[in-house]
Amino acid sequence: MDLSTASLFSLRDLIRRKEIHPREVVTALAERIAARDSGTRAFLQADTERALAEVENFDPETPLAGLPIAIKDNINVLGHPCSCGSRFLAGKYTAPYDATAAVRLRRAGATFFGRLNMDEFAMGSSTENSALQATTNPWDPTRVPGGSSGGSAAAVADGTALAALGSDTGGSIRQPASFCGVVGMKPTYGRVSRYGLVAYASSLDQIGPLSRTVDDAALLLEIMAGHDPHDSTSAREPVDSLVPGSVEDLKGITFGIPREMDREAVAPSVLKVFDEACDHLRSLGAELCDVDLPASTHAVAAYYVIAPAEASTNLARFDGVRYGLRCESPADTLDLHTRSREGGFGPEVKRRILLGTFVLSSGFYDAYYQTALKVRSLLRREYATAFSRADFILTPTAPEPAFPLGDRTSDPVSMYLSDLFTIPANLAGLPSISVPAGFTVDERPLPVGIQITGRAFAEASLLRAAKAYESTTPWHQQFPYKED
Amino acid sequence: MRMSRYLVTIGLEIHCQVKTASKMFCSCAVEYGAEPNTRVCPVCLGLPGALPALNREAIRLSILAGLMFGCRIPEVTTWDRKNYFYPDMPKNYQLSQLHAPVCQGGEVGLDRLHFPNDFQKQAPEGKVVRLDHIHLEEDVGKSTHYENNSLIDFNRAGTPLMEIVTEPDMESAEEAVALLNALRQNLIYGGVSDADMEKGQLRCDVNISLRPPGQKELGAKIELKNLNSISAVRRAIHHEIERQSAELDAGIPQVQSTRRWDDDAGETTLLRTKEDAHDYRYLPDPDLPAVETAELLAAARRDVPELPHHKRQRFTDAYGITPYDAGVLAADRALADWFEQAASAAPAGAKKTANWVINELLARLNADSLHAEQCPVSPQRFAALVDLVSSGGVSQNQGKEILDAMFAGDAASPEAIAAARGFEQVSDSSSIEPFVDQVLAEFPDKVEEWKQGNAKVGNWLTGQVMRHSKGKANPRVVSEMLRSRAGLE
Repeated sequence: MDLSTASLFSLRDLIRRKEIHPREVVTALAERIAARDSGTRAFLQADTERALAEVENFDPETPLAGLPIAIKDNINVLGHPCSCGSRFLAGKYTAPYDATAAVRLRRAGATFFGRLNMDEFAMGSSTENSALQATTNPWDPTRVPGGSSGGSAAAVADGTALAALGSDTGGSIRQPASFCGVVGMKPTYGRVSRYGLVAYASSLDQIGPLSRTVDDAALLLEIMAGHDPHDSTSAREPVDSLVPGSVEDLKGITFGIPREMDREAVAPSVLKVFDEACDHLRSLGAELCDVDLPASTHAVAAYYVIAPAEASTNLARFDGVRYGLRCESPADTLDLHTRSREGGFGPEVKRRILLGTFVLSSGFYDAYYQTALKVRSLLRREYATAFSRADFILTPTAPEPAFPLGDRTSDPVSMYLSDLFTIPANLAGLPSISVPAGFTVDERPLPVGIQITGRAFAEASLLRAAKAYESTTPWHQQFPYKED
Repeated sequence: MRMSRYLVTIGLEIHCQVKTASKMFCSCAVEYGAEPNTRVCPVCLGLPGALPALNREAIRLSILAGLMFGCRIPEVTTWDRKNYFYPDMPKNYQLSQLHAPVCQGGEVGLDRLHFPNDFQKQAPEGKVVRLDHIHLEEDVGKSTHYENNSLIDFNRAGTPLMEIVTEPDMESAEEAVALLNALRQNLIYGGVSDADMEKGQLRCDVNISLRPPGQKELGAKIELKNLNSISAVRRAIHHEIERQSAELDAGIPQVQSTRRWDDDAGETTLLRTKEDAHDYRYLPDPDLPAVETAELLAAARRDVPELPHHKRQRFTDAYGITPYDAGVLAADRALADWFEQAASAAPAGAKKTANWVINELLARLNADSLHAEQCPVSPQRFAALVDLVSSGGVSQNQGKEILDAMFAGDAASPEAIAAARGFEQVSDSSSIEPFVDQVLAEFPDKVEEWKQGNAKVGNWLTGQVMRHSKGKANPRVVSEMLRSRAGLE
């Protein structure tokens, strides 16, 4: 068995049967990173020695049995770097505390191995906004891995990470999962504590897993989920057992497809995969129906008011006073703030801070922020109505497959539209998963994902539906490299 | 001080540290004077990824204050981010309450005793200042500036602050002082705050505007900052009334602005005008859900103390003491409690106890800078002493000496101290008689003067007998005996 491309469950079995030691898994991954990541560049850092030292104390009876997990570089893990893909923090900041998700994973036996590249402060859909390096798509090195959790998706697809954590504010887990052919899930807002996740847009951010299988995503989510006194927005809803057993059919389950999904706006290669996926779901006994989500047509616009508004205040703390980049010989406090931020932030981060500052300014607040909040609550109500007809909402994850590097960098709006289908679930706070659903029929086939969105806190049934699809399709067993 | 020809309107914004053991959004201790940056954590340092978790005690105490001032407590109170860059403020936004503050409306009654001593005679009767609202916010850190450097201590960052905003209901510096004193008294009473201005636990900004008589709308609002003591508030307002009056006299219109009080120079200087005012870009905080107040309100209701002015009335009615004395005793909750314990233990009665507390105990507490809670003498032993004096067991002066001994740490009973010092007061007439006869024989002309009706001479003669008895004679018995033997009965 290839230790670097297996699932968490299969490796855990081997470890518990004492056939392998998790040290060997770390070593196999380190070798694979050395061999492959100079091309993909998903990792910002991978401290093998540290991981090997950590893994020596593993407990085989813990849910993760010492298995290495890679972390998006905006989640604090004590003693690890946490750059958020930004010049502001890169090389200047080491996390002085653990995110709650990290605490829970460590308690569950995880070994932290690898910090993954991302769009700066999670702002972007291609990972090209990383100030540190460009990550490529393992299926086609001329294309982007998606974003902002592009490093996480690329590493899992590339076999350099077994599974990874990402964060999803407007699709930042699901869209790169779709682009890289892996499973990516955004939990219900409040399901996983945000404590220790560097905030981009606090009312939308969620930590979630990227993995090769639905079971692996479920396992990681089950470990991380649950109320945390450090995060007042974390939910008190009980956490069910999330790992689906074997699910083979979807009898009695209804998938709703939004009438507002503009087929014209979706790439034909993606539509083809989507339509086939619909047929397949029907063949498993599911029913498909139309649902109405008219407010979703305003979702991208509302998102680009709410997210920048929150970001503009969340990122105010990066001022050069206490940590991170500080400009040379500041003349006074204003100069210190101005030049530190000028030098520390990239263009997209600046654009969103300016946007957010503008929409919150006196005299504009009602016109922009309040209006966006109205769209948001309208959308929530429409989802509630839709869920009275359908158990799940089904769309493609992204309107297109991975696009070429550099294709969108000069046109922010075309980049923003890449999150057309993922943003509504963030605005409504709903759990949503992207699962591999096929490939484009290009010379170099690119993976395409479908997105299933469920009712709030119904992660268990959502994962079961995803599992039924996964276990009756071959897509998750495709790899962008030849197996040795 | 001359009266201004203009109508003066004053409103206050008072920041007051809420007395919680830990900070408002993390579990760091609230501690004054700790080593810099030792009471900090990722949350109050605003580190990336850290999130606030509400200390509900801060809300409960604010509601308690609100109940004392008759505020409306909304069912739900919410948090907003107030955005501005400031090096002392770790997140560069302050968690505050704009849209649904914890207390709304309310009022504070001003009592004569709340006014400055030199102004109490002129103080208006029954003045009431309305409150606009009370909201909670987090405190910032503290900078120390050197030549080219600044050091920041974040120990104070995240400490809960109540901001009490009044309506513009005050018309003089003295009313502003009285309001501050009244607020302090009530907040300390309720255990809401220690409200110590020296320690920065109470800070005050003044809004003041002047307008000519007959003009309806208020004049330009001038905000005064950096007022670090109650006397600074008074002096700054006096100065500002003079300054604005002079400018208005000279035809210079006032514009809305913020001025800084320089305590050494005794004057205000312009900080900024309206044009430079911050746009705080308030945003409902996405990290803190709305707080339902019902449970905290119920808890706070149980802890509302008897208010100072109610206590004062009760003391006057129940103990037959003057309103002034009752006011002195009720001014401080711990002192009032101490007094009531002593009064209930003293068969001598509350009135005598009150006199002894006000004249003797308070003087000694003040001399040692002690608060009633720290009084080295228990109310019960004090009551025993008052009893000993009023029953004639010892003289007034001896009683004072015994109290001194008790203050100095003598743990014996007042009777035992009296015995040890030979303070047994002599009341039996056979022992006193020789001294009385001796004095009557020694000063026949004084006795004659007394008989003519000069009552003061009687006291003087009593004093002579006391001197002969080395202070041991009971003055009441001496006085009676003098009268009968001099034939005044």
